[in-house]
Amino acid sequence: MSLLQVRGLTKRFGKTDVLRGIDLDVQPGERIAILGASGSGKSTLLRCLNFMEMPDVGTVTLDGKVIGPSGKYRESELTQVRQRVGMVFQQFNLFPHMTAVGNVMEGLRTVRRQSKAEARTRAEKELARVGLADKAETYPAHLSGGQKQRVAIARALAMDPEMLLFDEPTSALDPELVGEVLNVIRSLADEGRTMLLVTHELGFAYHVATRIIFLADGTIHEQGTPDEVLKNPRQERTRAFLASHKQFSF
Amino acid sequence: MKWDFASVFDNTDALLAGAAGTLRLFAICLVCGLSLGLVVGLGRYARSKWLYWPATAFVEFFRNTPVLVQILWFYFALPILLPFTINPLAAAALGISLNSAAFSAEIYRGGIQSIDKGQWDGARAIGMGWGQAMRRIILPQAIKRMLPALTNRAIEIFKMSTLASAVAYVELLQQGKLIASLNFNPIEAYTAVAVIFFVFLWPLVQFTYVLERRLGRSE
Ligand SMILES: Nc1ncnc2c1ncn2[C@@H]1O[C@H](COP(=O)(O)OP(=O)(O)OP(=O)(O)O)[C@@H](O)[C@H]1O
Ligand SMILES: [Mg+2]
Repeated sequence: MSLLQVRGLTKRFGKTDVLRGIDLDVQPGERIAILGASGSGKSTLLRCLNFMEMPDVGTVTLDGKVIGPSGKYRESELTQVRQRVGMVFQQFNLFPHMTAVGNVMEGLRTVRRQSKAEARTRAEKELARVGLADKAETYPAHLSGGQKQRVAIARALAMDPEMLLFDEPTSALDPELVGEVLNVIRSLADEGRTMLLVTHELGFAYHVATRIIFLADGTIHEQGTPDEVLKNPRQERTRAFLASHKQFSF
Repeated sequence: MKWDFASVFDNTDALLAGAAGTLRLFAICLVCGLSLGLVVGLGRYARSKWLYWPATAFVEFFRNTPVLVQILWFYFALPILLPFTINPLAAAALGISLNSAAFSAEIYRGGIQSIDKGQWDGARAIGMGWGQAMRRIILPQAIKRMLPALTNRAIEIFKMSTLASAVAYVELLQQGKLIASLNFNPIEAYTAVAVIFFVFLWPLVQFTYVLERRLGRSE
């Protein structure tokens, strides 16, 4: 059974149709890279999957259970979903008034109501996993971009998500810091975690993703294995997109 | 002419009682005004029109009417409409607190709005509800930014306390008036009152300067 099933997902902002009927099935353990030009709706798609944006039409089914009926979402249901579908942002969105370990503990303390000791043990474990055990007491302002993003990943992992959404996790980083974040994401892939990843790192997508989705005009324009989509794209627009990106990567 | 502060020092007890009254009124209005202001400010920030419109009406009403008029209204008019009398402290505290709530509501709203939307995203993505995100993530950062503006409000509240003399509440100015009329020494009495206010307020104002500098540096 699919972990996540999306049917006819439509989202508009004002007069622009950003997503026009997305159908998507995500199997447990799948790693899907989402590609697409700027403004093609990649972020909006991810944000609809954990209901940071409310879909206008369509259904999202998580682990066999439909979320909402469409248009009538209960806040308590959505906060549950967001714990099960973790999200990592381009701009990290760490809480600047909390230390690294405080950031990771926050969900456990405030949402899960765990004791301080319990939350701290867990948070330290997650920080160690992303290689930042020694930065537990450091405030985000004193961390590098790569370290911030790794704390953000640890913060998401602490909630035991069944699925992870990454929205351009390395796009805000200096080039020399991209590798450390991609390594962490790769290690999560090696654990068999289910993830959706919006990225412009085509090489990383090729090696780590099990499936590539190319978004254009608010629909899935082309999808397939990395070899199919990245090496032998069938659609003209996919080819044009890849061509423009290769210019940058060399 | 000759300054005669002895006639003021003879009335130290009266001035001390006045200072105590000023501090009491200040403390009540500070707590009530700034906490009610937070509630109203959240209402002004809310998307629901059932919260937004009452909060907006409140702010507009109390920002556009003089505090002195409100105090007199609560003291003289309200008891006619309602079956109980109201003492000078309550009338003054109501007027000043409601006015401060209206002004601080706008400070809170502005501070909350100034927080990057990404902070909401970060909070909601780990499953926080609106209230949890507001309390744990947004407000702590917003209040830090608002601190200079809120201490300025506190200074205003302190100064507004003198309006309570209009309903004969025992505070510094009221006691100054009393001393002046009993001893025929308005120059000395009112000078003493001004100096006492200065002594209270000067450190508070210096504190806001320090805050402004500190926060300016840390951002
Ligand atoms: N909250 C919003 N309000 C109005 N319009 C929005 C909002 N969010 C996104 N949009 C619009 O929706 C379209 C898709 O945006 P989205 O951020 O999903 O694109 P994207 O593929 O992630 O682009 P990028 O590569 O630049 O991140 C854009 O035209 C954008 O301007
Ligand atoms: Mg985007």
